[in-house]
Amino acid sequence: MTNSTARIVWDGHQIARAIARMAHQIVEVNAGSADLVLLGIPTRGVLLARRLADAIRSIENTEVAIGELDVTMYRDDLRRQPTRAVGRTAIPRPLDDQTVVLVDDVLFTGRTIAAALDALKEVGRPRSVQLAVLIDRGHRELPIQADHVGRQLQAPAEARVNVKLTEIDDHDAVTISVPEG
Amino acid sequence: MRHLLSAADLSLAEVTSILDTADEMHTIQQRQIKKLPTLRGRTVINMFFEDSTRTRTSFELAGKWMSADTINISAKGSSTSKGESLRDTMLTLDAMGTDCFVIRHGSSGAVAQAAGWVRAHVVNAGDGTHEHPTQALLDAFAMRRHLGGGGAEAFAGKKIAIVGDLLHSRVVRSNVLLQRTLGSEVTLVAPPTLLPTGVDEWGVAVTNDFDEVIHTADVVMMLRVQRERMYGGFFPTEREYAELYGLTPERLARLKPGAAICHPGPMNRGLEISSEAADAANSLILEQVTAGVSVRMSVLYHLLGGSSE
Amino acid sequence: MRDLLITGAQLADGTSADLGVSNGHFVAPSDVTDAERIDADGLLALPGLVDPHTHLREPGREDAETIATGTLAAARGGYTAVHAMANLDPVTDTAEAAEYLAALAARTANAEVIVIGSVTKGLAGEQLSEMGLMNRSAAAVRMFSDDGRCVMDPLVMRRALTYAKTFDAVIAQHSQDTRLAGPTACCHESEISGRLGLAGWPAQAESAIIARDVELAQLSGGRLHVCHISTAEGVEVIRWAKARGVNVTAEVTPHHLYLGTREVESYDTTFKVNPPLRTDEHIEAVRAALADGTIDMVGTDHAPHAPQDKDHPFDIALPGMIGLEQSLAVVIEVMVDAGRLDWPGVVDRMSAAPARLTRLATQGRPIAEGEPANLVLVDPSARAVVDRDASASKSRNNPYHGRDLPDPVVATVWAGKVTHRR
Repeated sequence: MTNSTARIVWDGHQIARAIARMAHQIVEVNAGSADLVLLGIPTRGVLLARRLADAIRSIENTEVAIGELDVTMYRDDLRRQPTRAVGRTAIPRPLDDQTVVLVDDVLFTGRTIAAALDALKEVGRPRSVQLAVLIDRGHRELPIQADHVGRQLQAPAEARVNVKLTEIDDHDAVTISVPEG
Repeated sequence: MRHLLSAADLSLAEVTSILDTADEMHTIQQRQIKKLPTLRGRTVINMFFEDSTRTRTSFELAGKWMSADTINISAKGSSTSKGESLRDTMLTLDAMGTDCFVIRHGSSGAVAQAAGWVRAHVVNAGDGTHEHPTQALLDAFAMRRHLGGGGAEAFAGKKIAIVGDLLHSRVVRSNVLLQRTLGSEVTLVAPPTLLPTGVDEWGVAVTNDFDEVIHTADVVMMLRVQRERMYGGFFPTEREYAELYGLTPERLARLKPGAAICHPGPMNRGLEISSEAADAANSLILEQVTAGVSVRMSVLYHLLGGSSE
Repeated sequence: MRDLLITGAQLADGTSADLGVSNGHFVAPSDVTDAERIDADGLLALPGLVDPHTHLREPGREDAETIATGTLAAARGGYTAVHAMANLDPVTDTAEAAEYLAALAARTANAEVIVIGSVTKGLAGEQLSEMGLMNRSAAAVRMFSDDGRCVMDPLVMRRALTYAKTFDAVIAQHSQDTRLAGPTACCHESEISGRLGLAGWPAQAESAIIARDVELAQLSGGRLHVCHISTAEGVEVIRWAKARGVNVTAEVTPHHLYLGTREVESYDTTFKVNPPLRTDEHIEAVRAALADGTIDMVGTDHAPHAPQDKDHPFDIALPGMIGLEQSLAVVIEVMVDAGRLDWPGVVDRMSAAPARLTRLATQGRPIAEGEPANLVLVDPSARAVVDRDASASKSRNNPYHGRDLPDPVVATVWAGKVTHRR
């Protein structure tokens, strides 16, 4: 990889505020949390789903079901990069007639979410599926939009946008790095 | 990963990745819809120069459940010095744009030779009396689940006895190599006539006395007596073999509590394994078969699921 | 045929001389007229090499080798005579087959071809071939061998040794007990064969037959020649037999002097050969035995094969490798440069001894006025990386491909004619 310097565009406080706001929005749009299942897309989507669930609990004082949905096997771009490690899929309860909120860290081309919709089809038939992402950085290659967005970010296509979360990265931050040369 | 030819090719990290992915595949197999789109547009040719219903079916399901175009070729009988050369056979099919060959061959080394001639990925589905790496992987998969799951630490210090016709077994060679990577303690048990030359240099314990290890093993893996290879009388009679080296009901009773029983199949019931042992509660034999598909899906994914370097 | 004048050559004994060649014989340098000059300054002149064991494949497998190409490879390797093994198609088991081969060689060969007859009809190991008629034929056969197969039946072997004695012929045996290993044996039995899952021949499959045969040679009073000895155990039996006065000789191939069983780890069928490549202790034993004379001579067992006979799985591919062109190179590498054999020793093991084996009158003779002009000019210090595609042989199963070896043969003269010149 070429040298690049990562610029922090969002810190931990800003991330926390965004998650709280998204939690409120999810509860409001869905009129409560009873039929709600949050499915995080590994790796950081799973962590964000947990944080959203925590936030919803503090708002509604109820437990919201969370799970994990690995999409690796459904990707249509596998041949473009070295073999990816396969993540875990864990569905907390049957999804039929539930409202599923897919959670991921960054929405970019839309291919991950397309793969997630394919993967979801194999495990159940939810009443509706929504998408929550912390960062929407544009440059979509497919007609996919998020329902709950932490922040829209204008970044050139070649830039790398990374979400760092304390659970695995030691601190919370959103960074942008642009490869030099 | 370019090819899977030998269990010795796999690092601990690769074995762990293959087994972890196989765990996910195993979960998917419990679903009603088992098919994944992962290998859409990829062509896998199962070339079986030697019959094997079990392994061929397992690879065929693995390919199909991953959406690869999977073709079976039974090339039995074509491997003679008078027939088309192995090189020509492989070059012909490779030229058709095959992505992966799964090859079973009656000759040791034939799969490695084939891999040297083709552009496609190659999986060794058993070559002669040499290796059968996916069998060793599925054995490890079934054992890991039995030993309590987790990563490689599940195998640390575990005692595995592999018993029977070691001379003609490709399963034992791959298992010794893989278990060495995983860190278990392997003891090989066989009559002296069925020990490969130089087995004492394999870095594992060797004994001619099954009863020496029967009560300490965590896993007992019984190997098939290959009647078709019994040239020149390796032991006096099947009765004597069953008594000295079979997993008889008496030996079954002396197993350590919770010890697992494995057999790569097909079994000679009453010869190397009694029906009581094959059907015992702690027998992993059917789980090995189920594991076969999951592990082979994982192997195909590791070979074909990314860009070719 | 033009006269030759070879100037400045050094002989094996260390003396230097100019050599004249006229009418196929060495003459005084002053006796040549209008001679082609060869400047041999710094080169050794040795008697032309004699191979006791060559597979020429003609008639039968002319796609793998012909008499012309095989003997050209011989000339490139410094040989002026080769003994043509009988496992041809048809097998050389009649006077007619022997004479046909001799006639074919007279027309096309680039070296003297000495015909070997088979011991048994069709190499089947059962009924003796017409040894007497072959011996009395124009081919004058004096060596018989079923090489490629062992004469397994001790009674047949005894009769062959006894019968051949009447015309001073030698029985050359491929010493290998086929029952001691399984039918799929294809390499040396060792830790490597066990690990590779290949069925192996134990060393004793060779030494047990040699031991049997030297007993039979003593019983019959016949002459026994042991082909391509490859084991320490076999060497010990020969040593013991010679000490007892048994009429036995033995040859070793360049590949058994140089290559080890480790080569088969890649399942490269170029290295499948019978007897198989052995482990270090055996290699050391055959080198020591060639040095001390227990092994009398070097035989190439040059065995060309077409690709379609080699591009098979290891246990199915045909055994054999070529060796005429690199034979002297290997002997220089492992024997001369290692200080184990001097040049007179090389002359004995590679020219005089094999010529004595079949009582050749015109080969293996000293370089001296009046002697037949068979000679090889050797540059003992030249080296090159072997390229199998540069071979004169039709086949490419060259085990030395890509290896840095001596490249000694500058010119070869057979019966006064230059058959190779670099």
